[in-house]
Amino acid sequence: MHPVRKQRLIIVGSVVVFSSIAIGLAAYALRGNINLFYPPVDVMAGLAPVDRPIRVGGMVVDGSVERSSETLEVRFLVTDYEAVVPVVYVGILPDLFAEGEGAVAAGTLNADGVLQATEVLAKHDENYMPPEVADALEASARRKQEASL
Amino acid sequence: MWTLFHKFGSPPWLYRLSGSILRWLLPISLLALAMGVGWGLLFTAPDFRQGNSYRIIYIHVPAAVVALAGYYVMAIAGGISLIWKMKMADVAMHAAAPVGAALTFIALLTGAVWGKPTWGTWWVWDARITSMLILLFLYLGVMALYEAFDNKAAAARACAILSLVGTVNIPIIYKSVDWWYSLHQPASIKFTGESTIDPSMLYPLLLSIIAFYALFTCCLLANMRAEILQRERRTGWVQRLASENH
Repeated sequence: MHPVRKQRLIIVGSVVVFSSIAIGLAAYALRGNINLFYPPVDVMAGLAPVDRPIRVGGMVVDGSVERSSETLEVRFLVTDYEAVVPVVYVGILPDLFAEGEGAVAAGTLNADGVLQATEVLAKHDENYMPPEVADALEASARRKQEASL
Repeated sequence: MWTLFHKFGSPPWLYRLSGSILRWLLPISLLALAMGVGWGLLFTAPDFRQGNSYRIIYIHVPAAVVALAGYYVMAIAGGISLIWKMKMADVAMHAAAPVGAALTFIALLTGAVWGKPTWGTWWVWDARITSMLILLFLYLGVMALYEAFDNKAAAARACAILSLVGTVNIPIIYKSVDWWYSLHQPASIKFTGESTIDPSMLYPLLLSIIAFYALFTCCLLANMRAEILQRERRTGWVQRLASENH
């Protein structure tokens, strides 16, 4: 390779490397702001601000969803399996919102540590399968559980 | 190897080669696109949780994957243009930008349409959507910057530097779902280990991804051919070509 081109190759390489390092450091410094939501364990540890809009994300605890019989109010618990945050929301939940599935609630934490949500989003996982396969998996899991009992 | 590399610098050679590639690649890619997307949209089973709305995956994921890969095509062409001062690399870089921008836009648009029924929102500033929006701006920035110069060589140099600096965004987009808490789920198609998408849904998706790659190549080549003719319009071979066709 021609020495001039070799020199240009080195310059091009260092432009890519150094700009990547610079942006990587910036992203690392801003990592708290890039996260879309706080996990419940951070909320419990007091890392999430109170009286300021935040998002809390995690799994909706099985059996925790309580719907009011008169209004659209819904109460549920969000967990990351280390801590639990109670959420109160008045409004219509997305179709995919379900117990045992992921959800992200936006709102403010009150003094009691309850998130007064103004928006609830459903978070789905990376599994895609036809309903028959899901049924078959569930049935085999049930069989395995029965066998172990 | 180097002679082949230098041949790519020859406009008439590249024009003829791209013409013969397009002749068979374009019908194949359109066929693959119709098969992959048709198979995915019409003949696969609905998802156990999302029902039919997940089918937009057959447009959303291929567009996003190829938008990322297209950026590397643009940046590598930019690097070659900086190092070897090869005019055909400028042409390739400039031709990749609008195709990549269109794919990024399709990915963002289908993502919004998909997000509404699944997550419950059109738009959220999660790491992946935001970095994808930056990708769109990078593509548009390269296109705008190129037009901002009267001198084509200076335009190519500026665009090449912008696209090289922007490459850092590509791994960020790809890994954003693992590095930060986001509304997006982690990848379903895995290079190592078992994919978490059922094979009956995976195969049409892979076919669509291949079709989008092929279609990107066709659009890139067609764009390059148009620009080669535009740049070389005063040379003998283009004028001979024009007179042959009349």
